[in-house]
Amino acid sequence: MTKPVEEIARHTIAVLVDNEAGVLARVIGLFSGRGYNIDSLTVAEVDPRENLSRITVVTSGTRMIVEQIKNQLRRLVPVHKVSDLTLEGPHVARELALVKVACTGDKRMESVQIAGIFRARTVDATNESFIFEVVGATDKVDAFIKLMEPLGLVEVSRTGAVAIARGGNPL
Amino acid sequence: MTQQDTLTGAEILLKALVDQGVEVIFGYPGGAVLPIYDELFKQNRLRHILVRHEQAAVHAAEGYARSTGKVGCVLVTSGPGATNTVTGLADALCDSIPLVCLTGQVPTNLIGNDAFQEADITGITRPCTKHNYLVKDVNNLAKTIHEAFHVARSGRPGPVLVDLPKDVVQAKGEYSAAAKLKTKYKPQVKGDLKAIEKAVEIIAAAKRPIVYAGGGVVNSGPAACQLLTQFVRMTGFPCTLTLMGLGALPGSDPLFLGMLGMHGTVEANMAMHDCDVMINVGARFDDRVTGRLNAFAPHSTKIHIDVDPSSINKNVAVDLAIVGDAAHVLEDLIKVWKAKQARVDAKALNKWWTQINAWQSMDCLRFEKSSKLIKPQYAIRRLYELTKDRNPYICTEVGQHQMWAAQHLKFEQPNHWMTSGGLGTMGYGLPSAMGVQVAHPDALVIDIAGEASIQMNIQELATLCQHRLPVKIFILNNQYLGMVRQWQELIHGGRYSESHMDVHPDFVKLADAYGAVGLRTDKPSELDDLIREMIAVDRPVICDVRTDASENCYPMIMPGMAHNEMVLGPEDRSADKPGSEEDGMVLV
Ligand SMILES: Cc1cc2nc3c(=O)[nH]c(=O)nc-3n(C[C@H](O)[C@H](O)[C@H](O)COP(=O)(O)OP(=O)(O)OC[C@H]3O[C@@H](n4cnc5c(N)ncnc54)[C@H](O)[C@@H]3O)c2cc1C
Ligand SMILES: Cc1ncc(C[n+]2csc(CCOP(=O)(O)OP(=O)(O)O)c2C)c(N)n1
Ligand SMILES: [Mg+2]
Repeated sequence: MTKPVEEIARHTIAVLVDNEAGVLARVIGLFSGRGYNIDSLTVAEVDPRENLSRITVVTSGTRMIVEQIKNQLRRLVPVHKVSDLTLEGPHVARELALVKVACTGDKRMESVQIAGIFRARTVDATNESFIFEVVGATDKVDAFIKLMEPLGLVEVSRTGAVAIARGGNPL
Repeated sequence: MTQQDTLTGAEILLKALVDQGVEVIFGYPGGAVLPIYDELFKQNRLRHILVRHEQAAVHAAEGYARSTGKVGCVLVTSGPGATNTVTGLADALCDSIPLVCLTGQVPTNLIGNDAFQEADITGITRPCTKHNYLVKDVNNLAKTIHEAFHVARSGRPGPVLVDLPKDVVQAKGEYSAAAKLKTKYKPQVKGDLKAIEKAVEIIAAAKRPIVYAGGGVVNSGPAACQLLTQFVRMTGFPCTLTLMGLGALPGSDPLFLGMLGMHGTVEANMAMHDCDVMINVGARFDDRVTGRLNAFAPHSTKIHIDVDPSSINKNVAVDLAIVGDAAHVLEDLIKVWKAKQARVDAKALNKWWTQINAWQSMDCLRFEKSSKLIKPQYAIRRLYELTKDRNPYICTEVGQHQMWAAQHLKFEQPNHWMTSGGLGTMGYGLPSAMGVQVAHPDALVIDIAGEASIQMNIQELATLCQHRLPVKIFILNNQYLGMVRQWQELIHGGRYSESHMDVHPDFVKLADAYGAVGLRTDKPSELDDLIREMIAVDRPVICDVRTDASENCYPMIMPGMAHNEMVLGPEDRSADKPGSEEDGMVLV
């Protein structure tokens, strides 16, 4: 039985890999070569003793595609663990954005106020600009950026999401 | 470290290869690998076969690997030597063939400099190898080689490339033995017992079952093939095999329905379409096999046994997945079946066989006989009859001749059939046969070829002559890119765009030029004698068999059609209604 066509859903996947040359190229090549989506991808070393890095990739697809993505990732030799945080219970996801806003007068006040509401820190200020650092779930960061748009948004730099499962157990 | 413990990288490399059980390397020298060739010169444990093109080295290693179950080994130089291996590596990846390909590289301090004969071969081959390595430190060399072999042969086999900068093979370092390898790469081989028990329940309740087995059973080894045969005979279930699976069940077994898929038999495809339980062992629901996906075995419960989780639920959603090696899972399946004293539904099975027998009686592989022209199917059948006692190894190129070989030959054992299935690489057959002959010097090894494909690696005739490898090349010469011509006739209104070659070499003279033997006929009455002579000659032979150029390969599932919509022959009108190419088989 071919199962009926399903909805596309967004998944956050954590991948533990050997921290070696080419491993990121393998993961990215897998996504581009097979036509999977990457909404965001972050990577950094997390265990220097075991020489492991952690990749957090946010992707979207049907249930069958997301299962494929995970199985294809597991097939890579330097990949040791693949965990679908979206499926495997509650998790915390955060990203950081640096948001540059150029404005004067009332708009300055307003942008600082909104930054306060979002608990964004002001990390740089000149007479006609601010850089805010906002941290939170992706939709919070999205909302903040949207509000800054009419106030003189000129540039954004985002990390993409990092995520971790709730509770005491490791990946 | 004492002076005695240190070896050069080249010495370490060869020691590691010997440690891994390598006996033969297929290769071609060049600047970056000269230190390795120098070391090869000084020893006699490893045999080196000097090919005439690096692509052929890889296909030869594939033939060697497929016919022995061992890992094939290739050695080439940097730059063009390395890039010439790409097609072979992609071929081995598609067909799950275990290989280790060693490439030379410019010295580490020149990497990234656009140095002479530098190519980023690990970058280039990342998507067409199972894994690859760049060795930067001579002290990691031995470990990397051992791991490369481990990865190539474990789980789903595949090609692994190791890139070796020249300074690394010249530096001195320490050897570490194969037995000391610590690796995190350990694919699951045992199947989940709960799932196997569930499978037994489903199988026992089946009314119209079919076993659909593939290359994974051959990959797993002769034990898996025997267990498959035991399982099929124990249940009395009909069994079909993919192109890559031929030989996993003896071709003469009455329970064998022939190959399935695009050029499969009516009985195999109809049984797939109408089955209520499908047991897939080591096959990957390839689009040449499934046809239109939404009409694929629509009323069936599907069980899928595969060592690679990414093969499961890829094209076709299955009801029960068992991840594990075919031999382990089949062994457990048979054990549980016996322990539970499970029985098949004999009455239903009888009825099912009555239906299958009716399909079989259509004799879908029949062809018109001719006393004037050699029908290609006839040529294959005569080849089979006159060689079967010698249990030959058969390789093929790609095209109509490949499909006729798959349809009309019977394989009683696994590892006797080498063909390029997944990538469909013209030029695969001759070098592959070369590799088989190296592994089995006394066996009869035949490459069934088309006159076009054979020219893609014809230079290997020289290798055959140099190394006294008496491979027999059996060309079904139809003067056409036959498979392309067939599609143009059936799908593109008979517009034969660039599928005819006006000029071909005189294959008899060509054989002579290389020091091989050339034979030719276009008469059915001479065919048997030609084949007998071919076998009798203890040298490489090219047989130029001129066949009926207009013949097409049937049955055929047209692109976008379903298993029960086969075109049976030229008089079958369903050929006039080709389906959509949105999904299913779309490429020649
Ligand atoms: C011109 C042309 C026409 C073709 N027509 C047909 C056709 O009509 N019919 C046909 O069948 N094919 C045809 N093919 C071949 C087709 O393209 C595929 O190559 C073939 O069908 C794949 O075979 P398979 O499913 O057995 O998989 P393979 O490619 O052999 O893959 C093996 C599967 O088994 C798994 N596996 C590997 N090792 C193990 C193990 N130890 N234990 C368990 N599982 C394991 C792998 O993960 C994989 O899923 C044609 C090819 C060409 C070039
Ligand atoms: C390297 C490569 N190029 C192109 C093709 C496409 N193709 C598939 S079959 C075929 C024709 C093969 O002709 P021939 O070897 O004479 O075999 P025939 O079909 O005539 O038996 C072609 C061009 C291919 N499979 N491989
Ligand atoms: Mg031809």
